[in-house]
Amino acid sequence: MAGTPIRVVLAKLGLDGHDRGLKVVARILRDAGMEVVYLGLRQTTDTIVDAVEQEDADVVGISMHNAGHLTLAPLIVCALAEAGLDDVPVVIGGIVPEEDRGELAAAGVAAVLGPGASAAEVVASVRAVLGADAPTS
Amino acid sequence: MRPRADDRAPAGLLAAARGGERRAAARLLTIVEHGGPAAEEVAEATHPLSGGAHVVGITGAPGSGKSTLVGVLATRLTEAGGRPAVVAVDPSSPLTGGAILGDRVRMEAATAAGAFIRSVATRGHGGGLALSVPGSVRVLDACGFDPIVVETVGVGQVEVDVAAAADTTVVVVTPGWGDAVQANKAGLLEVADLFVVNKDDRPGADDARRDLELMLDLSEVSGSAGDDRPAVLSTTATAGDGVDRVLAAVEDHHRRLAAGRGLVERRARRYDAEVRARLGHLLEDAVGHLLTGEPAGGRSSETPVAAARRLAGRLLAGGEHG
Ligand SMILES: Nc1nc2c(ncn2[C@@H]2O[C@H](COP(=O)(O)OP(=O)(O)OP(=O)(O)O)[C@@H](O)[C@H]2O)c(=O)[nH]1
Ligand SMILES: [Mg+2]
Repeated sequence: MAGTPIRVVLAKLGLDGHDRGLKVVARILRDAGMEVVYLGLRQTTDTIVDAVEQEDADVVGISMHNAGHLTLAPLIVCALAEAGLDDVPVVIGGIVPEEDRGELAAAGVAAVLGPGASAAEVVASVRAVLGADAPTS
Repeated sequence: MRPRADDRAPAGLLAAARGGERRAAARLLTIVEHGGPAAEEVAEATHPLSGGAHVVGITGAPGSGKSTLVGVLATRLTEAGGRPAVVAVDPSSPLTGGAILGDRVRMEAATAAGAFIRSVATRGHGGGLALSVPGSVRVLDACGFDPIVVETVGVGQVEVDVAAAADTTVVVVTPGWGDAVQANKAGLLEVADLFVVNKDDRPGADDARRDLELMLDLSEVSGSAGDDRPAVLSTTATAGDGVDRVLAAVEDHHRRLAAGRGLVERRARRYDAEVRARLGHLLEDAVGHLLTGEPAGGRSSETPVAAARRLAGRLLAGGEHG
């Protein structure tokens, strides 16, 4: 019996921007054998929480580009916790200044990926927050 | 599966899911998708509780607007006080086993309205569905969702397998999608209970409708359609236009099935199709198992055909594989 692939919900929170970067990340994760539930642009904490719950996601990746990470990231972490989904790690993608990383970690963000992250870094980061460098089975 | 904070056993999950806990339903679906002993336990538990829900299959070419249409359908159903669930299937990459499941993007309003949506990857199964889909439908049915809408993969050809997994099959076509001749070739006319010409806002919708009706006329002459001639409806799914009529037609089809022998027959067909798919899967495993015991390149005195016959004999004699 083959293992169940890692399931990732991928979304962009907030009103700004385009989804080119998010699509690139989706392809990277697919090519690493993961199942990506792609939500795309302009998501809210509600739509993300609903998707994480219904899709039984292992991890959620959220892209934000309007420098709102210090407010938005804790919001999504809290919303997941309120829904009883606090065991689903949150990975944030976007331009996050080095000095903000500690605050995000303290708020419960499992990992942060900058725009320059390589494909290997993206994949390694998702596996790492799941404590799964071992293959799933 | 990885251990999770939520490690309730299937029976506990099912009780919670039937009490309305969506996370528990989602966990059960993961178990069913994964397969194995826990999935069989879920099947045992949900089988006697299912059969109440109307299962609607939606198929059609890639990009024809299946997800958009399903999204509007699920939104309207939820707003009318119903509890629809959606199973949306997208293909897994044969190379990596990964998948991008993008149907949800078009179903945002349905999520907001409160519909339950699950994205599913084919995980190597052909025919436009995942092997686990009937099991997922059974879980959702046992949890009180009704109707359950299954969106197939959109690939070049038509995924006719969905007809054996659904009570009502809706085929979505678009203007310029080729023509009805293509529909006929693909076996669509046989499986469709309802045709939807989507993208009615695009030029050529009238032609598509007319071509379809023509093909239906022809198949009526040859005797394959008869009383059950499928309706041809038009929608602009992005604007929600025409969707209420699709909903009415789907519900009407269900009523007609239930009034006669139709529903019983469809249920028998669904049952048989699942047995067949599962049996095929088990046999494939058994074949793999048998072949691991064979020398590479076979035995010099034996033709490949003879080798296959000898191995088939062992397979059918049983006991080979556990
Ligand atoms: N003009 C027009 N575009 C539509 C209509 N319905 C859907 N679309 C667009 O068609 C594209 C594909 O729609 P989807 O709903 O994703 O189609 P699908 O059949 O689910 O696609 P796959 O799941 O990839 O096979 C999207 O860009 C939709 O916005 C319509 O009625 N009119
Ligand atoms: Mg779709």
